[in-house]
Amino acid sequence: MGKTLYEKIWAKHLVVSKPGAVPILYVDQHLVHEVTSPQAFEGLRLAKRKVRHPDKTIATLDHSVPTRNRHLPIADPIAAEQVETLKNNCREHNIKLLDLSNPDQGIIHVIAPEQGAIMPGMVVVCGDSHTSTHGAFGALAFGIGTSEVEHVFSTQTLQQNKSKTMRVRFDGDLPETSTAKDMTLAVIGKIGTAGGTGLVIEYTGEAVTRLSMEGRMTLCNMAIECGARAGMVAPDETTFAYLKDKPNMPTGAKWDQAVAAWKQLSSDFDATFDENVVISAKDIIPQVTWGTSPGQVTGIDQNVPSPDDFSDPEEQESCRKALTYMGLEGGTPMTEIAIDHVFIGSCTNGRIQDLRAAARIADGKKVNTAVTAIVVPGSGIIKKQAEKEGLDQIFIKAGFEWREPGCSMCLAMNDDVLKPGDRCASTSNRNFEGRQGKGSRTHLLSPAMAAAAAISGKLVDVRINK
Amino acid sequence: MEPLTVYEGIAALLDRTNVDTDQIIPKQFLKRVSRSGYGAYLFYDWRFLENGSDNPDFELNKQAFKGASILVAGDNFGCGSSREHAPWSILDYGFRVVVSTSFADIFYNNCFKNGILPAVVQTADLSQLMSEIRENEGVQFKIDLAAQQLSTPKGTVVGFEVDEFRKECLLGGLDDISWTMQFDSEISEFEEKQRSTDPWLWSS
Repeated sequence: MGKTLYEKIWAKHLVVSKPGAVPILYVDQHLVHEVTSPQAFEGLRLAKRKVRHPDKTIATLDHSVPTRNRHLPIADPIAAEQVETLKNNCREHNIKLLDLSNPDQGIIHVIAPEQGAIMPGMVVVCGDSHTSTHGAFGALAFGIGTSEVEHVFSTQTLQQNKSKTMRVRFDGDLPETSTAKDMTLAVIGKIGTAGGTGLVIEYTGEAVTRLSMEGRMTLCNMAIECGARAGMVAPDETTFAYLKDKPNMPTGAKWDQAVAAWKQLSSDFDATFDENVVISAKDIIPQVTWGTSPGQVTGIDQNVPSPDDFSDPEEQESCRKALTYMGLEGGTPMTEIAIDHVFIGSCTNGRIQDLRAAARIADGKKVNTAVTAIVVPGSGIIKKQAEKEGLDQIFIKAGFEWREPGCSMCLAMNDDVLKPGDRCASTSNRNFEGRQGKGSRTHLLSPAMAAAAAISGKLVDVRINK
Repeated sequence: MEPLTVYEGIAALLDRTNVDTDQIIPKQFLKRVSRSGYGAYLFYDWRFLENGSDNPDFELNKQAFKGASILVAGDNFGCGSSREHAPWSILDYGFRVVVSTSFADIFYNNCFKNGILPAVVQTADLSQLMSEIRENEGVQFKIDLAAQQLSTPKGTVVGFEVDEFRKECLLGGLDDISWTMQFDSEISEFEEKQRSTDPWLWSS
């Protein structure tokens, strides 16, 4: 019987497999940031252990860093301490750190591929659930806890039980006005926020292979939001073309050898998945969340649901709770929801294609006077590229703020925080209660939809209001 | 990690169900950069009054429970978030064993990663243990991990469940890292092999 992509990578990384014990899996790349690493480093120190492979480890500052006034010291003393701690730890353990003075600094899941740290077939981990992003390269990538971060530091391995698999196949072509964000939201809407629990998802189908690497990263980034351990896409020519000129990539004959091996990284035709989901890509219209979990999502041309629209009593109750928190009434057309903030950025949608899509909508327009809109590039490289293309000027002229790279308002750990009752159209990945600030209300959508909402002051259908 | 084999200590009673991680360690303490010192914040909102002094009504503040190292609590202990700060605070406070009828999944695993034994006992046995603590506050219980038994001065012997692999690790004082490090030569062999089969993964 054939093997799935996941099973191939798993088998290639199994170091120890003993009956009655958890298997030990080798880790090729470890990504580190300031929030989930300090206690792991402390654990190393207490146990007098070293980082086994600093050369397989890369760190950045992203979660708690400010996105303005970078020339000033960090005002929040706790954030400042986290930043200093990571700097010291990286120095002590000889780990490459892209700190705030590095022009390439940015969100860990944006910079890792830019730095050539991600290759097909790798096992990639990070103390961060959105590590699933790197599955876009045909890598097995997932988030881990702080004890596990320490485990990887010490041993370059992880104790890990094998997951079951799910194939999500997109049939047909995606409409031109829809994006990878709409695809990933549509999957979560279909299978629910626990629909992928414990599974590794492989996304397949024409609509997936036609996506750029940026699109595939957006797709895999939100695999975790349906509970999946990881999401992945088999590598192909698009993948290889993206990787070719990145730092650290092999060259010459070594490159050819690598590509030949990477081409083997797809699920065999007779491989079986534990679960199968099929989605019609042509029916995916721009998606927007209405509630407080990413699974509470609908098409922009729909109405906010009412509790009565659900048959399951638990879903009815969660709808009721979500509507109360969001300050919405069932039956309201999505396009009548007025917003006062727009956030364009995050590890989901802070890449150059996302900024181009938003800029196309914003070009020559003005942000609605009732709206505060910020654009936060995912990395220094993206910021520079956007400025080269004049995107920053389009945004600034339209009334958007143009910021420095970081996680920013996706999780509001820095000073980019909403106030209670603020309603934000956001290109990020989580719309949990309080995610963007206590009492704040989040609607997840694509960059183009976010830009359109900024201009109109309401959620709008980007297919009609261009 | 300290091996846990036969263990004796004062048993403290926390007769509450669904004790969640937000109660175990409130979120304002999650931004700290160290792993030690969380014991000072364990059950913070229950344990201290607004003015920062000890809450005399909170169970663990009883004089008889000072120095307790076995926590006996109600069903579904440790539910809520995955924060590892919860077991860190429990261990740092001085508890080595938590006894309950059930634990939340992530918390349960996080306990073993930090050298804490979460001992799962039957409902009737938990009631018996709780009543013995009530009758004689400050009583010491004895845990024999190899035998999977908990005994009391009254002669009560209660069996508990524990995952076999995790039990071996606790008995040997092997944290996950120590356990994996037994296979250091296997890891090195794997690396040597990968260097030749996938040289692009080895830039240096």
